[in-house]
Amino acid sequence: MTTPTQATTPAAARTRTPIGAPGRLENDAKGGVGTSPQRPDGALKVTGEFAYSSDLWMDNMLWGVTLRSPHPFARIRAVDIAAALATPGVVAVLTAADVPGRNVFGLELSDQPVLADDVVRYQGEAVALVAADHPEIARQAAKKIRVDYQVWEPITDARAALGHPTWNRLHDHPAEDVELSRSAAAIHPKGNLVRHLKIRKGDPDEAADVVVRGEYSVGMQDQAFLGPESGLAVPDGEGGVDLYVATQWLHVDQRQICTALGLTPDQVRLTLAGVGGAFGGREDLSMHVHGCMLALHTGKPVKMVYNREESFFGHVHRHPAEMRYEHGATRDGTLVFVNCDIYFDGGAYASSTPAVVGNGGTMGIGPYVVPNVRIDAYGVYTNNPPCGAMRGFGSVQTAFAYEAQMDLLAAELGMDPIDLRVRNAMAEGSVTPHGQTIDSPAPVAELLQRLREMPLPAEPDGADIDLRSLPGGVANSTHGEGVKRGVGYAVTYKNVAFSEGFDDYSTARVQIEAHQGNPLVVVHTAAAEVGQGLVTIEQQICRTELGVENVIVHPKNTDVGSGGSTSASRQTYMTGGAVKLACEAVRDRILTLARDRTDAPLDDAALVDGNIVTPSGAVLMSIADAIGEAVIEETREHHHRPTEEIDPETGQGFAHVQYSFSAHRAVVDVDTELGLLKVVELACVQDVGKALNADAVVGQIQGGSAQGMGLAIMEEIVVKDGKIRNPSFTDYLIPTILDTPPMPIQVLEYADPHAPYGLRGVGEAPTISSGPAVAAAIRQATGLPLTRVPIRPEHITGT
Amino acid sequence: MRITTTVNGQQRVVDDVWEGESLLYVLRERMGLPGSKNACEQGECGSCTVYLDGVTACACLVAGGQAEGREVVTVEALADADGLHPVQEAFLECGAVQCGFCTPGLLVQTHDLLARTGRPSDPEIREALAGNLCRCTGYEKILDAVRLASERMASR
Repeated sequence: MTTPTQATTPAAARTRTPIGAPGRLENDAKGGVGTSPQRPDGALKVTGEFAYSSDLWMDNMLWGVTLRSPHPFARIRAVDIAAALATPGVVAVLTAADVPGRNVFGLELSDQPVLADDVVRYQGEAVALVAADHPEIARQAAKKIRVDYQVWEPITDARAALGHPTWNRLHDHPAEDVELSRSAAAIHPKGNLVRHLKIRKGDPDEAADVVVRGEYSVGMQDQAFLGPESGLAVPDGEGGVDLYVATQWLHVDQRQICTALGLTPDQVRLTLAGVGGAFGGREDLSMHVHGCMLALHTGKPVKMVYNREESFFGHVHRHPAEMRYEHGATRDGTLVFVNCDIYFDGGAYASSTPAVVGNGGTMGIGPYVVPNVRIDAYGVYTNNPPCGAMRGFGSVQTAFAYEAQMDLLAAELGMDPIDLRVRNAMAEGSVTPHGQTIDSPAPVAELLQRLREMPLPAEPDGADIDLRSLPGGVANSTHGEGVKRGVGYAVTYKNVAFSEGFDDYSTARVQIEAHQGNPLVVVHTAAAEVGQGLVTIEQQICRTELGVENVIVHPKNTDVGSGGSTSASRQTYMTGGAVKLACEAVRDRILTLARDRTDAPLDDAALVDGNIVTPSGAVLMSIADAIGEAVIEETREHHHRPTEEIDPETGQGFAHVQYSFSAHRAVVDVDTELGLLKVVELACVQDVGKALNADAVVGQIQGGSAQGMGLAIMEEIVVKDGKIRNPSFTDYLIPTILDTPPMPIQVLEYADPHAPYGLRGVGEAPTISSGPAVAAAIRQATGLPLTRVPIRPEHITGT
Repeated sequence: MRITTTVNGQQRVVDDVWEGESLLYVLRERMGLPGSKNACEQGECGSCTVYLDGVTACACLVAGGQAEGREVVTVEALADADGLHPVQEAFLECGAVQCGFCTPGLLVQTHDLLARTGRPSDPEIREALAGNLCRCTGYEKILDAVRLASERMASR
């Protein structure tokens, strides 16, 4: 393949910094742990000055675009780039042959090519890259690349991909011993099974007075972060590259980029650009390697920005799931057994499917005590779009099923659904299906009881109808006739941080010096701020631990050790914990310096309001005086307590470091004639252990609740024959402010003694329990089983 | 082509604009005003909301050439020499900003709502902001912010 000659960039280019590269964040907000100060990037964000990854800009930069496969499954016979390369304004056209290192990447398994070189396994797989001096020229040139495909029939059903029987009768258990089918074509050389998780607890043949069975489906949800995948790669003129990018974990990106480029970590430096939301969708690489390849090849800075349609193909989605559950209970409502089969469609590449299966399986029956459990959870390769991380991560899908089952069981027993849940609720000391004893508070029953006690919203007033409060809104489709109100409940639990034996850690570097007579702290981590407010938390922890006011947040980059992933509700716990450790080390050094200046005993001294004080509060000296001219800097890693891999045959083991608990009550008005919905209220009670920043905690709960509601009633990537039918915000609907109801929140703080400050990760649990509560409310209003989400109007009207 | 337009009170002239470029592209990539955001470029999310001759519009749906001779106001012009506009202050104080990508569009749309309607009711706020998607907050704190801004502006 012909390629243009590589240009050279002067070494001075390394010092060039793009417009929009992040600066240090500082503000005059005050307040440590347990207060709610303003975020240090807030003023920049409300003035339009905060630069996101798509805002980066450099003189003479090029624009990169990606050519993607139109077919879900095909062999590439040939690629002809000549016409594209001859287009005026085009500087480079690259294909798989141009990948400098190993043409492979992936979070858990390295199974995905940077650019397809032989086979494409999903619609949207990257095949070629173009760099040009205008994005439209690059797009037009990409269309001139001629790819000769031998199109194959895609495999689009997870069970079919494994050769498992499609469920057509409730009692037709797919035997766990079914041999993987070789009749279905293998999408990957080792077959189509990514992971099979088995949990075996108690006696599988235990009899129960009452048994309920159900099959449930969850559609494919999109993270729909607003800031599109984007970044700017800047070559350093010496063979290395600086990448400014929106991501969730700089160091895991760096590792994969180095492999693909054949470079070392010191040659591939990453800086976190402004991130416009993430929700799991930025865990995997998007433009990272592509942008670096084009930059290294052309010797020029290259910017890549996906548009919304490309974004639907440019990141992984939430796994669709097919699930079958069987619950057995005594006549008085005590659960005897739960059996379930869970199929996660992972799409064409593994991404984080193994961990999703781990979560989906281990927490697959919800926060209930059950003596006898059989769970089979499968993650499967198909030719559908790749699926991976999204907020809730394997637990969202199963919660729809197990909470529907609990309501079904309550109805069968003639019990109140909350009473049934409370009777079987997990508590501290309970043992999970995977054999882990819950060793911190687990207020499942209290969450539900508090929800029941929260006042219900007023019934609609028939006399004075505001169309905007009715299903259908100002479409004027009803004035209340045919509208029925339902109330539904759901509760969940979710692991925090990385599980199953992974050595999960974060790094923090904290520096202090005296500046104009006052102590000034700089906190430096590589932990991604994606909107959740970690930068605020980092400041708060430094203020509390070091007794200072002024804390600057250093730009996040790979000059400091890994911050781990901004996912799994883990950053306040993990990076917050690292900042706390680094502050403690800094405090020790401040006190060591202070000992040179005072004979007073300092063993019990504290740092408060800029001073070193005795336990009784007497000021010994100012921190600034103790430091003098010194610059103190300490770097610490925070590893959470070890977890274990679970047994491959029984699924038993200490798999998770911490759990977070939430419950929702949804009130929904349903126009039963048209199938239109109005969610009237979505109330949540959540235990957060300790609210480091109460306003931010409530913001996480409300945002997460809205995403869970979205999956219940409107959000689905519609995939037919392996192809996405709705890659736009016109056709993929996320909740607007009109769709989203008032969300009263109660926050409980039962400390986890194993966690920094006793905190629990907050972000994911509310995304899990909100949707099942909404679905339950719609079932109550309609009396319909509604076993698939999102629930569409036709599911309600039966038309 | 050349476009001459007034942006945030200043006359701007840009050359070599391709006819297919949107006003959003011209603002962001040719005028150095990236405050208006490119979340969908399909007119569905409101992140690029600007004033065009005093009326709010999605800059992604306006061709660059259509701005010829007209007046554009973007999020960058909401604050003045005295500091942040009350709408900006309220968004900050209420925690209505998380990732912030929707914020510029919401600020401009709220600015317009409060200029037209002094003390909007909740249904009026929801209706006015229905074209602005936010994926982080669940909108509750955005409602808080609009209520707070309207209260403060009405009492001035």
